[in-house]
Amino acid sequence: MPRRKGAPEVNAGSMADIAFLLLIFFLVTTTIETDAGLDRMLPPAEPPEDVDVVIKQKNIFTVNINKSGQLLVEEEIMSIQNLRKAAIAFLDNGGDGSCNYCKGRRDASSSDNPEKAIISLKNDRETKYATYITVQNELVGAYNDLRNREAQRLFGRDFTEMEGKFLNPETPSAERDDLKPKVKRIQELFPQKLSEAETSTN
Amino acid sequence: MHFKKSNPAKLPTISTTSLPDIVFILLFFFMTVTTIKNQDLLVDNKLPLANETEELTKTDRVIEIYVGRPKQEHGPTKDAMVQVQIDDRLVEINEVGHQTIIALHKMPEHLRKMAIVSIKADSKVKMGVIVDIKKQLRAINLLKINYSTIEGDVFRNLRNRF
Repeated sequence: MPRRKGAPEVNAGSMADIAFLLLIFFLVTTTIETDAGLDRMLPPAEPPEDVDVVIKQKNIFTVNINKSGQLLVEEEIMSIQNLRKAAIAFLDNGGDGSCNYCKGRRDASSSDNPEKAIISLKNDRETKYATYITVQNELVGAYNDLRNREAQRLFGRDFTEMEGKFLNPETPSAERDDLKPKVKRIQELFPQKLSEAETSTN
Repeated sequence: MHFKKSNPAKLPTISTTSLPDIVFILLFFFMTVTTIKNQDLLVDNKLPLANETEELTKTDRVIEIYVGRPKQEHGPTKDAMVQVQIDDRLVEINEVGHQTIIALHKMPEHLRKMAIVSIKADSKVKMGVIVDIKKQLRAINLLKINYSTIEGDVFRNLRNRF
């Protein structure tokens, strides 16, 4: 028998098992952490000059948070749990009848239409941040609920899901181009008008 | 003489069968030990919960501002003032605007216009601090902000979970 075998071959049969073990380990342990939060837009430092727009009181939904975290909504004490419902009722009111998709009570003493409806949020300097975020979340939630309703009606899917897809850079651009007008349309149906005035100091 | 005869001119071979194991152990070691380095937190940071959130997917244009009391190993006392951490450093509240501009200038130029400030504030922080920060951000015209939160039931924020 000739001696031409060379080095003995390494048995690589178990390599696959080891690799799979590794793969499974990483699949289980890794969590891709994406930051999430509430997006807000601050008003510009210098307000535009021609601001003498008169806003009717009935088109403003005032939310006041005091330093112990209690809410004063439209001059009435309200618990945070009810805030979303109240905000939806206000935004969806459609008092002047120009909003044909609104399903509210068309109460003449509440907002004219979603275009004009403004939510004004005021807080105290001593308010807890967590409370403030809860209120913000509920107000954004009110807008999202209404937008979801309209998106379901028009496109048969949720607005929040569409917007998330649209904003995600991993979505193929063809799909994003398709979503863009739809997202925009829904946003125009219920524009987010959330104003935050200067905080009271006392 | 006897040995030489039985095994003539053959080098002893080293077994390499255990080599993959060693390499994999090494690999394991490095993979578990390394963490993608984010930032060392110098302040207490327990984010509030929220469920109507949007994801910050474009991380290249985000300036992170951590707000909270300094951690005890870094700060002097428990009742220390709320401070802000930008880029691994603690800064006073009234310097936030200035420091944010410095952070902004580290960003590539084409992203500066689209910069988003992510405010990661501890739930215990009082709104006064946040209002001050917002005022400074407005002054330097960085208007896009994101209140960083953890996914969860918002009403748990109101219960005392501290």
